[in-house]
Amino acid sequence: MGAAQGGFVGLLVWRMRHFQVEEADQFRLLAEENRIKIRLIPPARGQIFDRNGLVVAENVPSYRIMIEQEEVVDVDDLIERLGRIVNLDPEEIERAREEMRRTRIHPVTLADRVTWDEVSRVAVNAPALPGVHPEVGLSRRYPMLEEYAHLVGYVGPVSDYDLERIEAPDQLLRIPRFQIGKVGLEQRREDMLRGKAGTKRVEQNAAGRVIRELNRREGEPGKDIQITTDSHLQSYIHARLNGESAAVVVMDCETGDVLSTVSAPGFDPNLFVRGISVADYKALLDNKYRPLPNKSVQGIYPPGSTFKMITALAALENGTSVPDDTVYCPGHLEVSDRRFHCWKRAGHGNVDLGKSLQESCDVYYYEMALRTGIEKISEMARRLGLGVQHDLPMTSVARGLVPDRDWKRETRGEEWRIGDSVNASIGQGYVLSSPLQLAVMTARLATGRSVTPRLIKSIDGVETPTGHGEDLGLNENNLRQIRRAMYDVVNTRRGTAYGSRIITDGMRMAGKTGTSQVRNITTAERAAGVRRNEDLPWERRDHALYVNYAPYDNPKIAVAVIVEHGGGGSTAAAPIARDVTLQALYGEDPPLDAYPTKDRARIKELQARLREARPDYRAGARDRA
Amino acid sequence: MSYLEYTVKTTPSGLRKILYLNWPLALLLTAVAGVGFLMLYSVAGGSFQPWGEAQMKRFGLGFALMIFVAMIPIYFWRNVALLAYLVALALLVAVEFFGAVGMGAQRWIDLGFMRLQPSELMKITLVMVLAAYYDWLSLGRTSKPAFVLIPVILIMIPVFLVLKQPDLGTSILLLVAGAIMMFLAGVHWAYFAAVLAAGIGLITAVFQSRGTDWQLLADYQYRRIDTFIDPSTDPLGAGYHITQSKIALGSGGWTGRGFMQGTQSRLNFLPEKHTDFIFTTLAEEFGFLGAISLLTLYALIILFCVASAMANRDRFSSLMILGVAATFFLFFAVNMSMVMGLAPVVGVPLPLVSYGGSAMLILMIGFGLVQSAHVHRPR
Repeated sequence: MGAAQGGFVGLLVWRMRHFQVEEADQFRLLAEENRIKIRLIPPARGQIFDRNGLVVAENVPSYRIMIEQEEVVDVDDLIERLGRIVNLDPEEIERAREEMRRTRIHPVTLADRVTWDEVSRVAVNAPALPGVHPEVGLSRRYPMLEEYAHLVGYVGPVSDYDLERIEAPDQLLRIPRFQIGKVGLEQRREDMLRGKAGTKRVEQNAAGRVIRELNRREGEPGKDIQITTDSHLQSYIHARLNGESAAVVVMDCETGDVLSTVSAPGFDPNLFVRGISVADYKALLDNKYRPLPNKSVQGIYPPGSTFKMITALAALENGTSVPDDTVYCPGHLEVSDRRFHCWKRAGHGNVDLGKSLQESCDVYYYEMALRTGIEKISEMARRLGLGVQHDLPMTSVARGLVPDRDWKRETRGEEWRIGDSVNASIGQGYVLSSPLQLAVMTARLATGRSVTPRLIKSIDGVETPTGHGEDLGLNENNLRQIRRAMYDVVNTRRGTAYGSRIITDGMRMAGKTGTSQVRNITTAERAAGVRRNEDLPWERRDHALYVNYAPYDNPKIAVAVIVEHGGGGSTAAAPIARDVTLQALYGEDPPLDAYPTKDRARIKELQARLREARPDYRAGARDRA
Repeated sequence: MSYLEYTVKTTPSGLRKILYLNWPLALLLTAVAGVGFLMLYSVAGGSFQPWGEAQMKRFGLGFALMIFVAMIPIYFWRNVALLAYLVALALLVAVEFFGAVGMGAQRWIDLGFMRLQPSELMKITLVMVLAAYYDWLSLGRTSKPAFVLIPVILIMIPVFLVLKQPDLGTSILLLVAGAIMMFLAGVHWAYFAAVLAAGIGLITAVFQSRGTDWQLLADYQYRRIDTFIDPSTDPLGAGYHITQSKIALGSGGWTGRGFMQGTQSRLNFLPEKHTDFIFTTLAEEFGFLGAISLLTLYALIILFCVASAMANRDRFSSLMILGVAATFFLFFAVNMSMVMGLAPVVGVPLPLVSYGGSAMLILMIGFGLVQSAHVHRPR
């Protein structure tokens, strides 16, 4: 009997030795694997500043209320009790329940972005709410609200769709509710802004709850990006557009810096960060002014008469015309049995280059197109930045369309017809361009250099190369003729933009109006008495365009304005461009004596109203939320 | 030879008996209980709450009970052996009807101040009644079939009652303890060979009956056996206990991870860390050396009992001592085999170390009988 017992004890000892001596290392490893887990530390997203250092996108602490299921006996009861002290969103609770069904180990978010007050209330009542923990994290905030909605875009939680699209997704993206850029600069420069995840080794218990942190390796915060825009100008333009469906681009002629790009109306990007409600989103989608797309780079429109500089320059550069050549305008031109009208039915009489731009005579350009041919005109358009996709970190930067024979053959399967050239010569027909492209065109005309737009001024304090550009190799004499004509558009009595002139010497602008037809007025409508734009429903009216640069003798900025269905360029777009130009040149509200005397009273009133409407970033009062 | 044939004058009387206790044995028991307090303190995260303090009180009570039992002459215990057995049997039947259901098994009767587990009581009374039986039986008749049948019946009735509760661990303990008693009493080896063969037959029957309406064990018992055979098949389910237990044991190494440094138990990876699996905590925190030390303490307790039994010329006393020692041995042997993956997880506590009242008190009463036999031995 004793032998049996002794033998058994020996067996126990042998077994123990086997575990504890021979295989100890392996079991030690298993024990470490059991308790130590590696968790990711999300990096702080890079912030975005404007050219003056004002914050455009920042990270603010946000409080969340988490629930640790392991510690909760009755979830429904707990949520019910929690609901009495904090505001719980039923939609969010439903999502939380879904998450709880999926995992029992990980903490689940019950309420996101709760106020400090609510967090305090939860903390005070902690003993009565076992398993409920307030947590602090970083969340994105856009203090400038709708003014930068299109340019900067917004971030949002990673979706399954996002994950599918990315080849080898960063582990970070697997963190529940991790936010990545969804549109705009936030999306296009996601790689820079995101940073690199850090890791921490934590000890956790059998139920997966973290007991303590063992050590951590800090990640790399995202890079701060300074953009080229001037928030002061940006908000002025926003206020000036006053909710119209419009877009404005302001460029620095010297560096190509995009000083401002506004698409109106805007929307509050913060709504998307929180997760926009269905009702709010539907309201944005149903708005006929289309607040969501970025009209300034994404919207493409027939450039209308603003295209005429290109046609004229193409003719001059190719020797098919000289500035003094005159064309007789009887109000129309017959081209292969088809009659093309000038906007002025009575005709302009004898028209030279200066007069053609100044009064925007169409027939002169029909003639130039016939002489020069579409290929030359298109080539000039591309040199000046139309039909080219400019490389800006914004969503869907449009290429636009500069048609030529090959294009028509390939996409339409039809031969180019002379009528197409005639239409294209005045920026109608197939020609399409974005406000950004028009601004680039104007800057290039003003400087003779291939000024390219730049949106990012510096990354983490390191300046990026400017878009100063090379000489375009255009004949300076020809350019001077075009510029002079553009000057006359604004500064001579017969010019189409005379009403929007600037009278301060050294600030005068050179520009060109444009009106692009959305659809011809039908015969039926004509019969019904519809002759003017104002008689048409809003969405059928013409787009109003205007491009300009200033000052005329020393170009600093180039501006492009489009007012969707605004009517005529001279009445709807030019006044806006004038105000924007002055605002940009002065860097503040311009003195009233820059305006013609008869306009001053009206302008004074407008300035007062706009000062009221926009925040004063200069005073540092940028915290408006 | 009967106890009464010796002169009573040579045995101590009154409180002087205390001096004649088997003190080394009492000291060893206290040492083992001390290890228990230490481990309970550790698994509670460095606190005597909620387990350590209660366990100390119980050991104090147990120790007092041991002395009390030891004060009463051993012949008294022999005389009440059958009665005690019958009372325990009656209680075992009673739990069938009045028992509370705890941990999925119907095992105790609530007496108000403590919960009585009749199956624990039976462990001692069975040893008593068998020792008394063989004391009464003349040596020549020990291996006669009729007289072999009587103890078999005495053993099998409680074994089946306990199995019905269902408590596989305790019923195995009772069965094996009874068999050891019979072996020690000198029953012919052929009977054991026969029983062994029958046992193998029974095991086959148990597995053959699985899945049928008349299966002999509960589903959870089958599952435990399954996972015992191959724990890796279900690492997050039923095999979890054994896997985690082995990890804790193995990660201790030679010297352990240090007092209160065992991650497996402190982070709750170990199941039942304060009761059945407390040995793994010890092995994790004090390593191979710590585990061997506890095993040595246990072995010493057995040795002192065996020595005491050898020196005792009274047949009841010596059988009684060996029976208690055998029961004690079975406790720790089964528990350790269980946590080391040598036996299925059947729910047997580590004697005097695991947290729990009934087992502790019953064992101390058992050692009280050992002490009584020692004090009142014929000289």
